[in-house]
Amino acid sequence: MSEAAPGAHGVVHTDQHAPQGFWRTYVFSQDHKTIGIQYAITALLFLLFGFTLMMIMRWQLAYPGQAIPFIGKLFGDSRAPEGIMLPEFYNQLGAMHGTIMVFLGVVPLAVGAFGNYVMPLQIGAPDMAFPKLNMMSYWIYFVGGVTMLSSFLMPGGAAASGWTSYAPLSVIATVGQTVWLFGMICLITSSLLGSVNFITTIFQLRAKGLSFMRLPFFVWAQLVTSFLLLLAFPPLEAAGVLQLMDRLAGTSFFMPSGLVVSGQALANTGGGNPLLWQHLFWFLAHPEVYVLILPAMGIVAEIIANNTRKPLWGYRSMVYATIFLGFMSFVVWAHHMFLTGMGTVISSFFQATTMIISIPSIIILTALFLSLWGGSIRFTTPMLFALAFLPMFGIGGLTGLPLGLAPADIHLHDTYYVIGHFHYVVAPGTLFALFAGLYYWFPKVTGRKMNDTLGKIHFWLSFAFINGVFMPMFIQGLAGVSRRLYDGGAMYSHAQGVMHLNVFMSVCAWCLGLAQIPFIVNFFWSIRKGKKVSDNYWDATTLDWAATTSPPMAHGNFSPLPEVYRGPYEYSVPGNGRDFLPQNTQAEVH
Amino acid sequence: MEIPYTVEPRPDTGLYNAKLGIWLFLASEVMLFGALFSSYVLLRVGATTWPHGYEHLNIPLATVNTVVLITSSVTMVMSWASLAMKNIRRYRLYMGATIALACVFLVIKGFEYAAKFEHGLYPSASTFMAIYFTLTGLHGLHIVGGVIVNSYLLGPGSRMWKTDPARFTNRVEVAGLYWHFVDLVWIFLFPVLYLL
Repeated sequence: MSEAAPGAHGVVHTDQHAPQGFWRTYVFSQDHKTIGIQYAITALLFLLFGFTLMMIMRWQLAYPGQAIPFIGKLFGDSRAPEGIMLPEFYNQLGAMHGTIMVFLGVVPLAVGAFGNYVMPLQIGAPDMAFPKLNMMSYWIYFVGGVTMLSSFLMPGGAAASGWTSYAPLSVIATVGQTVWLFGMICLITSSLLGSVNFITTIFQLRAKGLSFMRLPFFVWAQLVTSFLLLLAFPPLEAAGVLQLMDRLAGTSFFMPSGLVVSGQALANTGGGNPLLWQHLFWFLAHPEVYVLILPAMGIVAEIIANNTRKPLWGYRSMVYATIFLGFMSFVVWAHHMFLTGMGTVISSFFQATTMIISIPSIIILTALFLSLWGGSIRFTTPMLFALAFLPMFGIGGLTGLPLGLAPADIHLHDTYYVIGHFHYVVAPGTLFALFAGLYYWFPKVTGRKMNDTLGKIHFWLSFAFINGVFMPMFIQGLAGVSRRLYDGGAMYSHAQGVMHLNVFMSVCAWCLGLAQIPFIVNFFWSIRKGKKVSDNYWDATTLDWAATTSPPMAHGNFSPLPEVYRGPYEYSVPGNGRDFLPQNTQAEVH
Repeated sequence: MEIPYTVEPRPDTGLYNAKLGIWLFLASEVMLFGALFSSYVLLRVGATTWPHGYEHLNIPLATVNTVVLITSSVTMVMSWASLAMKNIRRYRLYMGATIALACVFLVIKGFEYAAKFEHGLYPSASTFMAIYFTLTGLHGLHIVGGVIVNSYLLGPGSRMWKTDPARFTNRVEVAGLYWHFVDLVWIFLFPVLYLL
């Protein structure tokens, strides 16, 4: 074993397998790398779809009541007669944009794709602990996604009660909401199976010598994320079951007594509690925020350490902060509900926990910033995205503080300020980190690197336009413009002063869409024609780079399994010939 | 390449993969039923009137069911112990008994449901009936899941005894852990719905 390893680049050669049939290799594969790629492709398509929904909505916001050009006629009379969007259709687009981006786009890409592909490689495992379960996770996710999409074809259209599906509105909504609930139950089940698999894999299949404090930060992020998914999603599943009962069996879990809709008393028994849905929903959906951000932080940490050629600053405190963040994320959920009348005592409690949970986020962000200090930074394409993540997530996080304070939230709640805040966390934050990860691990997956010129065009255009979309939202929100208005606030006098920003934001959103073209072109071009690179193109230290480039689509990543002798980020160790020491390098430095 | 620790435990965690996996899965199940029990508490506290369980529900039948389910947990342990003692014949006996008892539970539950429907007590009748049907229905689905897994382990799945007895014993142990959990949920459901 001791002689087995590291060649010039710490390469351990990959196990070769007898070829399997097409279906078992590419479709119903049980190999974590193939499943990771399946997740990545599906999630990227959903991201594009979800973004397209928003680009259509932005037309209505910029030019309320005017016919959508070019594609308006395609939606049919039930959605957009004469190309003019109906309010019902606008609501469907809004609800489905949120649902698709969060549950079908970002989480599957961050956890399903990067977690599946990179994590087992980084811990030196031959595969996930339960390969069949892994395949099942993907296919249940796929079914859930198709179910969600099919809801657009239901009578009355897709779910239209927001991605939060607040009761009682969602209970009396059209059949699209039922389809949404079935879709959600599929997605939740998929996440649960996936998280069981991830945690078991990290605990059980770490390579020899890979103690917990030698785990790359990305693996830590995935571990805590999996615990959040495991423990926070079941309450939403429970809530989904209860709402299905309300809709299908005529129960009143979320229906208060004496509810009157459009002048008609509803025929349910009543006695339920609409707030119960909000509690169950946010019990998931707040930890979900950290599910969105932690894998992104993990990716950024890997790329920053690699491109500053320095160890991460404060690795241990980052790990402890992540664990603490995981615990705290379960006791902050009701800060989304300050305006529901749940009482000032409860509000004070959740306000305090919310202020406390900002501390570990700041520790992680500070550690990442300080990691740049004194580094000789390589401004590669992934590094640009990772660097942009830091201030973007910073803006997202800091603008969240006023929302976490109950008095300030009275003014800001449900305005565009909220939209600006969480989009800064998830779009130029998480999505930029995910793009960084795509550029960073592309050579590992395909054996070729993506084109840097196109990558940098993609970066700078996206960076400019995405700020153009979200920065004005803070201004509109502070002016009191509500987030769910069909006309973007045109009918309200208090919104008139900031209405002109709508056109600017919409143009930026469409330009942001165009700015993704260099990425799409680059992606497909580089798969075939990109520059061929070595196994460890970035001169990285973690075990994923010890596997051969583009490991074959079959079980077994390493042959033999690697052994770990050192921490994850031994860059620029004095007295060493190279500026990096891979984790599986045995020789001591003298 | 074989995935390590499918049979023997990993020295530093002391667990084989499936055992850690099932404990994690059960943790998520605790959160699922925990959320439903919390909903029950919140709805009951907020209700103006709430019936006593015995006014609507059949306590003797539920008591019989409790005994049936606890017995099935015992036979489940015995089936695993039989495998540990290399006695596949007794394993079949006990596993068969476990499945039979689970079916008895479902049949009795079916009678209870039918009696409610006869009196027009559907889930929509009141919040109490709604939570009763939701909780017992979800628990019933868990029983059905257990019956399916156990039947597989009794039938086609038991071929593994010949090829890999240690791994098969592990599988039965893991199925047993799940079964005890389902049993435990009922131990909570029975007093909460029928007695309180």
